[in-house]
Amino acid sequence: MLLHDTALVYGRYLRQSLRSRFALLFGVLMPLLYLLFFGPLLTGLPLGGRGDSWQVLVPGLLLQLGLFGASFAGFMIILEKGQGVVERMRVTPVSRLALLLGRVLREATVFVFQAVLLVLAAVAMGLRAPLPGVLIGFGFVALLTVSLAALSYALAMKVATPQGFGPVVNALTMPAMLLSGLMLPMTLGPRWLDVLSHFMPFRYLVDALRDAYVGQYATAHMLYGVLVAVGLAVLSVAVGTRVFRTAGA
Amino acid sequence: MALISTAGLARTFRTKHGPVEAVRGIDLTVREGEILGFLGPNGAGKTTTLRMLTTLLAPTGGTATVAGCDLAGDPAGVRAACGYVAQSGGVDPQITVREELVTQGRFYRLGKARAAERARELARDLDLTDLLDRRCGALSGGQRRRLDIAMALTHRPRVLFLDEPTTGLDPGSRAGLWELVRRLRDEHGTTVFLTTHYLDEADALADRLVIVDRGVVAAEGTPGALKLAHCGSIDASLQDTFLAITGRGPSPAESAPVAV
Repeated sequence: MLLHDTALVYGRYLRQSLRSRFALLFGVLMPLLYLLFFGPLLTGLPLGGRGDSWQVLVPGLLLQLGLFGASFAGFMIILEKGQGVVERMRVTPVSRLALLLGRVLREATVFVFQAVLLVLAAVAMGLRAPLPGVLIGFGFVALLTVSLAALSYALAMKVATPQGFGPVVNALTMPAMLLSGLMLPMTLGPRWLDVLSHFMPFRYLVDALRDAYVGQYATAHMLYGVLVAVGLAVLSVAVGTRVFRTAGA
Repeated sequence: MALISTAGLARTFRTKHGPVEAVRGIDLTVREGEILGFLGPNGAGKTTTLRMLTTLLAPTGGTATVAGCDLAGDPAGVRAACGYVAQSGGVDPQITVREELVTQGRFYRLGKARAAERARELARDLDLTDLLDRRCGALSGGQRRRLDIAMALTHRPRVLFLDEPTTGLDPGSRAGLWELVRRLRDEHGTTVFLTTHYLDEADALADRLVIVDRGVVAAEGTPGALKLAHCGSIDASLQDTFLAITGRGPSPAESAPVAV
């Protein structure tokens, strides 16, 4: 039943995404601009890692895509609460968990699609990375999206207005981006900043992804990255489930 | 036979300014096949009560059964028995009427073919056939309301909850909706539980009224009995009766239908 319901909800929202193709492409715009106008600045710089600058930057941009996109997924549900769509669905026998999972899986699909577009553009700019590493990268984007979208939906169920939602999410995503070394490796910075960034879970995902992009799969970074990504997804979906089951919304 | 019965049903909200007792203890029964008008001033607890009875909101006190199913013990049974139309409606303006109706059918576990067939049946019954391929956002207020009700009737519920169903509708659409509600009761034996601010609507449509004030039931009975008991005459206006019961009138904007 849960699978059936999740598939139904997923289908409804995926069709919704397909209807707004503009929004689908628009999401890639920000990381694409970084790729075009920021990427070339790095090509000659010593970034301390293995591989060239594209292998350092593109993993960061992929996670940036997931971070900024999925964190704002909740806006949709605030809109739907106003339209009464959320309550209407919650009175049907559809599993309330499926109402979350179907939406979250839609987000993951959309972001993996956008990630593919971004990587193709990066290849055109000069990225060369092993295929298994690139595929692992998509896996990380999917897991990150699932985590952040679940949290975003949970938060959105709890707040009444977009005005209450936007600033909170902004306040969380900006430091998350800066402290996880999405743009440049944290190891370039002073020791205190490098230490601080280890308290930011996304840091481990970036490090793992950069290893994957240079074809190194059996590293400590990879192990921590996978553990953090899976742990974060489990925790976030658990939080989301709790809110979706009980919320008086 | 009582299709809905509640005992001490209550809901307290926690807020920054301390607990707010939105519903303080509602005792009521609704008989199968009747149209119940649930009236009260703004903030009396009407919508909160409705949301509890439809499993959207957990009560903080009391008990209730809907169609024989206990609200706390068997929420799935309650959901299977009831349809709910929120004040805001419940359709996505970007999606077509057909897709919303079919998806709703699928949510009620109908197979693909059956859901499509049910969508056509509902469209026929509610005069939406010509609108099936329009986006929901392109419908008029009255059409939109009929769609909301069609969605809620997908599984042929025994009880239909309507939260201020005619707010914002023009007089023609209101009359059409009254007709529809009566037809549901007469032809399908559907029990209708509706809240309204319009006293003329309650007078014309409801078999029985429950008037709530400050989170408790202030009075109940047929419109005639309430007029007799509180104003001394069956010819009194429901407005005066309402005033006598709650000690305050609905604001002028609420007592008159939205005209022209």
